[in-house]
Amino acid sequence: MVNISADISHFLAGIILVTSFMLLYQARMFGLLKIFAIQAIVLSMAVAWQAYIQDAAHLYITAVIALVMKGIVIPMALFRIVRNLGIHQNIEDVVGVGMTMLAGVGLTILAIMVIFPVTTGEVGVIKEDLAFAFAIILLGLLIMVTRRNAVSQIIGFMSLENGLILAATGARGMPLVVEISVAFSVLIAFFVFGLFLFRIQERFDTIDVDNLNQYRGDRE
Amino acid sequence: MTALQVILTGLVLLLCLAAFSCVIRTGKAWVRLYYGLSAIISTGLLIGAVPALLFSSGHPQTMILPVGLSWVGTHFRLDALSAFFLIVVNLGGMMTSLYGIGYGVHAAQPRRILPFFAAFLCAMNLVVIADDAFTFLLSWEFMSLTSWMLVMSNHRDPETQKAGLTYFTMAAFGTLMLLFAFGILAGADGGYSFEAIRGHSLPAWGGAIILALALLGAGSKAGLFPLHIWLPLAHPAAPSHVSALMSGVMTKVAIYGFIRIVFDLVGNRIGWWGPVPILIIGAATALIGVLYALMQHDLKRLLAYHTVENIGIIFIGLGLALAFHINGLEAGAAVAMTAALLHIFNHSLFKSLLFLGSGSVLHATGERDIDHLGGLIHRMPYTAFFFLIGSVAISALPPFNGFVSEWLTFQAILASPELPQALLKFLVPAVGAVLALSAALAATCFVKAFGVTFLGRARTAQAGTARETDRFSLTAMAILAILCLLIGILPTVAVDGIGPAVHQLVSAGLPPQGDSHSALSLIPFSSEKSSYNGLIILGFLLLAGSMTAWFIHHFASRVIRRGPAWDCGTPPESAASQYTSGSFSQPIRRIFGGTVFHAREKVDMPAPGETRAAHFSVKMSDPAWAFIFTPLNNLLEKTTERLNFLQFLTIRRYLSLMFATLIILLIMVVVWR
Repeated sequence: MVNISADISHFLAGIILVTSFMLLYQARMFGLLKIFAIQAIVLSMAVAWQAYIQDAAHLYITAVIALVMKGIVIPMALFRIVRNLGIHQNIEDVVGVGMTMLAGVGLTILAIMVIFPVTTGEVGVIKEDLAFAFAIILLGLLIMVTRRNAVSQIIGFMSLENGLILAATGARGMPLVVEISVAFSVLIAFFVFGLFLFRIQERFDTIDVDNLNQYRGDRE
Repeated sequence: MTALQVILTGLVLLLCLAAFSCVIRTGKAWVRLYYGLSAIISTGLLIGAVPALLFSSGHPQTMILPVGLSWVGTHFRLDALSAFFLIVVNLGGMMTSLYGIGYGVHAAQPRRILPFFAAFLCAMNLVVIADDAFTFLLSWEFMSLTSWMLVMSNHRDPETQKAGLTYFTMAAFGTLMLLFAFGILAGADGGYSFEAIRGHSLPAWGGAIILALALLGAGSKAGLFPLHIWLPLAHPAAPSHVSALMSGVMTKVAIYGFIRIVFDLVGNRIGWWGPVPILIIGAATALIGVLYALMQHDLKRLLAYHTVENIGIIFIGLGLALAFHINGLEAGAAVAMTAALLHIFNHSLFKSLLFLGSGSVLHATGERDIDHLGGLIHRMPYTAFFFLIGSVAISALPPFNGFVSEWLTFQAILASPELPQALLKFLVPAVGAVLALSAALAATCFVKAFGVTFLGRARTAQAGTARETDRFSLTAMAILAILCLLIGILPTVAVDGIGPAVHQLVSAGLPPQGDSHSALSLIPFSSEKSSYNGLIILGFLLLAGSMTAWFIHHFASRVIRRGPAWDCGTPPESAASQYTSGSFSQPIRRIFGGTVFHAREKVDMPAPGETRAAHFSVKMSDPAWAFIFTPLNNLLEKTTERLNFLQFLTIRRYLSLMFATLIILLIMVVVWR
């Protein structure tokens, strides 16, 4: 096995992509949160593996941040929010599950077709990793677009973020400052989202974002 | 210190002056000091530019400043063409500043004018020495914005607001077109310095597209029909010395942009059809511009429409130069280019002079409507005299400068049978006929403008009590008037002066001027074919004029004549019974107005016995608005109404739209790689 390190990183990135697909069709709230936690844990493993093969110590910090924040703190907090708000019923999908999955497959193919020709000169990990990361980003966007529930939109955003981190660590030379600031901005975004969830539920008795639309002032 | 360094120093000084004017008090003395300094700096810039034109000998000076875009820098270049336009800009700047010493103190809110005046001068200078696309467009926008601020100086007037909006839209449109033109010129790898652009290879369709974009972009700034609509709105709205700058100078900077792109950057990569649109649009602009002008009774608006006409004449010259140049007929190209450049210079002189004169009239009477003026030659004799000189010059009558450049244009037109293409052979004489017609109409128009404003009796009390303007303003007008005369009687000096710029553009020049008979003859092709000697014409005119005067006074005046009494011996009391601008131009309106402007006259005559007053009204519609801009506006309004629902989508819908756009772009990347 000449290139076992690259294979392992591909394997981990592939698992993250699979979890993204799982997020895409998972209709239950708690299930969604659990899958997201799994994705974050696998992400931290992938980042740690990158740190090992690139011999870059600061990536371990990124891995720890990903594990603690996205793998434990955020899912737990969302878990509590969902339980407190009493919204553990099923999620309504806008498009049917089959169509969504097909779109997800299409996006993955698109990501590969975009990334591969651009990185023809590159060798080793970067090429496939970037394609995987890009697919994860697109799937995160797809989740945000297809779901109407605010919690699942947050999950979509966070999973998009995971894709970004995967892409960033795959490329060599990403400074630590950038990653830490990104991690913190995600955390702050999470606080804002959480706060808004409470306020929305409190005021409108629903967190279906489409229902909020009728309260907009500038409607004709 | 090289000439370019002198120029750049002067520009920095102008910017300092603009900053300085923000902090000074707005007392009369300060305003005078400001305009004085501005005049001095402009003089310095002018002196710096003259040797660069006369002794350039094909070696441009260049300079690269390490500011601006990091991979482009800021390139400056001073070649013969830039130097020529620097002279045009700074001569105008000098004269308007000098005029401003006297006129500028009347401004109600000087702080709305002072900072932008110097910045505007600086911007126009920057445009003509810029040597990369980024610097050029930045300076161009700087010029547009500062002039827009000057137009908006009287911003509470609803007319001004409309003018400002129109100008702003057209300026943005023009810059956008130039942006595309430079984008194509620079090519995919983006060499934005002009040096790199000259070396680029263009795609086959590139020449045509760039010519169209340059016509739209530079043409909208210069005032080509039908993009001229902002000119007659914006130029009169500004204070008069600024109107003079905008009309006399800024339109020339726009033409500089056109020349630089079409003759220098694109070079020989335009097909033989290239001159056709330039000639047609130029001729249409000249004719329609002067017809518009004839319909006006607002003095400054009339002058603005005349700018449109003269821009048309200049573009005819440029089109001819391109036609000859492409076909390798360098002698004809040299004559046409000389005519165009000389007309650019001449027009900057007499249009500045006329606008300054109109500013004096406006200040003295508070009126721009010439139907409320009249008899001013008694109250303001010097202004009237200078305005008359400007009128004669713009009407292309000898011995003034306007005649020389239009005569040269006609010489180039007469050489058109040498052109090999049949289309051009037929087109150019037709353009010549249009040019002749518009020259005659221009003379008509200025007979009207001068006659109604300065002759006859005063129509209003303000016109009757007007006072002559101050000495500074008169000095500025006098210098411009003298220059108009000098170029008219010594055209060879001017033609030799702009020789290097012509040589740079069409790599040929006029034959050596002056022949064995008279040293000061202007000879476009050869002395056997045609020549013009301003001094002889001047001498003849003086001689003939004074002899006629003497003859009449000696033989006619003393003899008592008897004839039928005029108006039954009691001329009407009211000054309103004199010819007005509308009645003077009625014949022209009846001939052309019906077709071009849809002019409809309506006479409401009371029946015999009725005591009410009769009414006469004329309704006209502007073809540029009626056929192009109003439909365009309506289309825009309908489209925005259709798209209005996009304001009220849900967040998820917006996300979906963005997502869809991203996916489509990615697919395009995949497909078209």
